[in-house]
Amino acid sequence: MKILGLDSSGIVASVAVVEDDILVAEYTVNYKKTHSQTLLPMLDEIAKMTELDLNTIDAIAVAAGPGSFTGLRIGSATAKGLGLALKKPLVAVPTVEGLAYNLYDTQGLICPIMDARRKQVYTGIYRFEAHRLVTVEDQMAVPMEELITKLNAYQQPVTFLGDGVPVFKDLIAEKLTVPYTFAPAHVNKQRAAAVAALGLVYYKEGKIQTAMEHIPDYLRVSQAERERAEREKKEQQS
Amino acid sequence: MEDTLILAIESSCDETAASVVKNGRTILSNVISSQIELHKLYGGVVPEIASRKHIEKVNQVIEEALKEADVTLDDLDAIGVTYGPGLVGALLVGVAEAKAIAYAKKLPLVGVHHIEGHVSANYIEHPDLEPPFLCLIVSGGHTHLVIVKDYGEFEILGRTRDDAAGEAFDKVARAIGLGYPGGPKIDKLSKEGNPNAIVFPKAKIGDCPYDFSFSGVKSAVLNYLNQAQMKGEDVNRADLAASFQKAVVDVLVEHTMQAAKDYHMDKVAIAGGVASNGTLRAAMEEACQKHGYKFYRPSPIFCTDNAAMIGVAAYYEFKKGTRHGWDLNAVPNLRLGER
Repeated sequence: MKILGLDSSGIVASVAVVEDDILVAEYTVNYKKTHSQTLLPMLDEIAKMTELDLNTIDAIAVAAGPGSFTGLRIGSATAKGLGLALKKPLVAVPTVEGLAYNLYDTQGLICPIMDARRKQVYTGIYRFEAHRLVTVEDQMAVPMEELITKLNAYQQPVTFLGDGVPVFKDLIAEKLTVPYTFAPAHVNKQRAAAVAALGLVYYKEGKIQTAMEHIPDYLRVSQAERERAEREKKEQQS
Repeated sequence: MEDTLILAIESSCDETAASVVKNGRTILSNVISSQIELHKLYGGVVPEIASRKHIEKVNQVIEEALKEADVTLDDLDAIGVTYGPGLVGALLVGVAEAKAIAYAKKLPLVGVHHIEGHVSANYIEHPDLEPPFLCLIVSGGHTHLVIVKDYGEFEILGRTRDDAAGEAFDKVARAIGLGYPGGPKIDKLSKEGNPNAIVFPKAKIGDCPYDFSFSGVKSAVLNYLNQAQMKGEDVNRADLAASFQKAVVDVLVEHTMQAAKDYHMDKVAIAGGVASNGTLRAAMEEACQKHGYKFYRPSPIFCTDNAAMIGVAAYYEFKKGTRHGWDLNAVPNLRLGER
């Protein structure tokens, strides 16, 4: 079973090929450059380096949100284009689950946090039970303060990761009452290897989509829709 | 000669479109998924909503275009895609999709300038049309007067200094309560009005006789409305729409005729969304007849944003050897003639 993984949901661009329990190749870049310019050249590089015939992959796993709206669409459109051309299914891996899978078999709770601006985070709460990723709280967009309150209530040690860590480090130190730690550099950001490996698990469980039906899950409506809803609510009240 | 088949994708604004074009002139399919109803709620195109809609529709539109043309990806010679100008988030969907398909099928990738596409729409229904010719491109985002020197080669004679012609239509339509999109609504209402009822200013730009300015006439309309409101007078909206439209169309036609004369052009074409405006089409045709120029204009379906025109432009770029790499990016302010 061979899975191509793509993640362009945040500042990291990452491409990987996982074949059963082997990571054949992974290319991860954490640098300010548009994913539009990097993602496909990275795949091309991997394909050349490992003599990969794209027709031999079984599915394309893509970090399917939340994340940067534009970043998600670059990953999704790339996956959809590959899926259409290769006639292969897609596996939508929720971004936060993909992040959590970096910390396989970690003790206690795993809490990826992605900076969602406006003092919010895209997050979720996970743990491993019998070597399986279990969702304690599904991915969501919440104020960081609210997340801390939730975590305090669980009274279990937490491992944080994600690009929200540097942003909310001080707030965590101030408000979190349970033991916590931050994941190290090699596993604390999005990695397509985790997306592909978790994608393989989901693929085997039959959680697949056609390239046509796949869309990212933004977890948030657009600003224009939000403002319109607020306006209509006010009008109704008055 | 073996046929050249190109699949083209367009997503620069609020239409998701795909088309299969044979030998640059024959349209085998032209699928357009318009989002206009969605954006009407907001009085104009909302970039984030447009981008979200593109990703929902893009595969469906491509599959339909292939099916309608009765071809598969294996029959194609190249993939063409609009990479600018336009809304960056919207463009990126088409660009990423086109790159992935081209990469997976090992096909050449040809990035196309959106305006070059609009100009090329004229080749679809006019097999005799070849460069050089003069072309006026008028849309919601662009107003350009150019000499098409050769396929993909342009000399820009004039452009708008402020609002695009279509933008002025949208703003005036909003002011008189017609809603979005303004062009077709003003065109329709104008038919019931007197175009000579109100005289609006026609801006001339001293040093650049082919440049345009539409913010003056737009402001004049808004002032007219304000004054009428202050005096408590009723405004005849049909007269206002007709008079505004005449002011815009007159300038577009005058500048185009002047350029045709100065540059000895005997072929004149129009392109872009506003080129489907009935008054502009009629006025330009009449002026061309009077001066003895041959007049070309695309059918309205090829004036609106579509992928067939992108496929035509991609064909001529492909023949010239234009190829883009896997790092092709969306360029929201891409200039005409640049690549």
